[in-house]
Amino acid sequence: MPPDSGIDSEKMDTIIGNLLRTGVGLAAALVFTGGVIYLFRHGAETPGYAVFRGEPADLRTLTGILHDAQSLRGRGIIQLGLLALIATPIARVAFLACIFARQRDKLYTAVAFIVLALLAYSLFGQ
Amino acid sequence: MTILEFTAVVATGSFVAGFLGAITGLGGGVVIVPLLTIALGVDIRYAIGASLVSVIATSSGAAAAYVKEGFTNVRIGSFLEIATSAGALAGAYLATRLPVAAIGIIFGIVLLYSAYHALRPLPDLSGSTQPPDRWGTLLNLHGTYPSGQGTVSYSVRAVPLGVSLMAVAGVLSGLLGIGSGAVKVIAMDQAMRIPFKVSTTTSNFMIGVTAAASAGIYLSRGYVDPGLAMPVMLGVASGSILGARFLTRAGTLLLRKIFSAVISILALEMIYNSLAGRF
Repeated sequence: MPPDSGIDSEKMDTIIGNLLRTGVGLAAALVFTGGVIYLFRHGAETPGYAVFRGEPADLRTLTGILHDAQSLRGRGIIQLGLLALIATPIARVAFLACIFARQRDKLYTAVAFIVLALLAYSLFGQ
Repeated sequence: MTILEFTAVVATGSFVAGFLGAITGLGGGVVIVPLLTIALGVDIRYAIGASLVSVIATSSGAAAAYVKEGFTNVRIGSFLEIATSAGALAGAYLATRLPVAAIGIIFGIVLLYSAYHALRPLPDLSGSTQPPDRWGTLLNLHGTYPSGQGTVSYSVRAVPLGVSLMAVAGVLSGLLGIGSGAVKVIAMDQAMRIPFKVSTTTSNFMIGVTAAASAGIYLSRGYVDPGLAMPVMLGVASGSILGARFLTRAGTLLLRKIFSAVISILALEMIYNSLAGRF
C-alpha cells in the first residue's frame, strides 16, 4: 500500500477526522437552532406520535426542506440539519474516492464509487 | 403532556441511552427505540427514523476521534461498506413492507442477542500466524496498526463469509434503525479474524455510511419527524460523547450486567407487545 500520492495517511486521517467533526457540528447546530424555534412556537401543543401518519411532503424532499428552512420554520431547519448529518458520511466516502483516485488505486476508486452510487440511490432514487 | 415536556423527557432519556451505550459498547440505538415505543407510546416507525439519524451522529463523532489513532483500516471499511450499504437499502425497503408487529419481534430478538453478547465477550481469535486469505491479498485488505512494541501487521481471512455477515448487519441496521455493532463485530473479529482494536474502530467508521444508506429512504418516506428526531439526536450524541470520556476509567462489568438486564426486559416487552397487537 504505497501512499505516494502527495498526501500521507496521517494527513488523510486528520482531514477525515476534521470533515466528520465539522459535519456533525454543523448538523447539531442547525438541529438545535431549529429546535429552539420549533419549541418556542409549538411547545405548548400536544405531541401526536402514537399514530403514524408520515411527514408532509415539504419535510420529505430536498426542495421542500430548503424552502421551509429559508422561511425560518423550525421543523424545516431541523430537517436541514438532519440532511447535513446524512451528507457527512457521504462526503467522507467522496473524499476517500478522490484519495484512492490520486493514489491510482483503480480497485478502491471503483469500490468508493459503488458505495457513493448506493448512497445516491437512497437519497434521490425514490 | 405538552410538546415542551415531551421533548425534555425524550432528550433526557436519549442522553442516558447514549451515555450507557458508549460505556458498555452496545450503542445508544438499541435502547432508544424500545424507550420511545414502550415508555412513551411512539409509533415504532417514527422511533426507528429518529434512532437512525442519532446513529449517524454518534458513529461519525466517534470515528472523528478514532481515525487519528491509526487503527482504522479504510480499505477494509470501504470494501465492506458495499455490503452494509446494499443491505441497509434492502432493510429500509423491508421496513416499509413488513407489518409493524414483525419488525417489533425481530427487534426484540436482536435486543436479546445484544444483551447476551454484552455479557459474554467473544474470544480474541486474531493472530499474525494465520494464513492470509486469497481474497484478502487480492483486495489488499491486510494492514498494520501501532502498538507499544512498534507496528504490528495482520492479515485478513474468510472474506466471503465476512461480506455475507456484513450484508446481514446492513439489513438489520436499515430495518431497525440501529448501528448493528454486535453483528459487525462477529463478522470482523470472529470470521475475518481482524484484531479487536482494528475491527471495533473500523466497524464504527462504517456505521455512519450504513445508516446514511437507509436514512435517505426513511426521510423520503416520511419516517423522520423533526420534532422527535431533534431531542433524540442531540441527546444521544451528547450522552455518547460524555460516555466515551468515562470509557477508560469506569469499571464496566457491573454496568454491562445492569444494562443487559434492562435490555432483556425491554426485548421481552417488545416481543409481547408485538404479539398482543399493540404496535
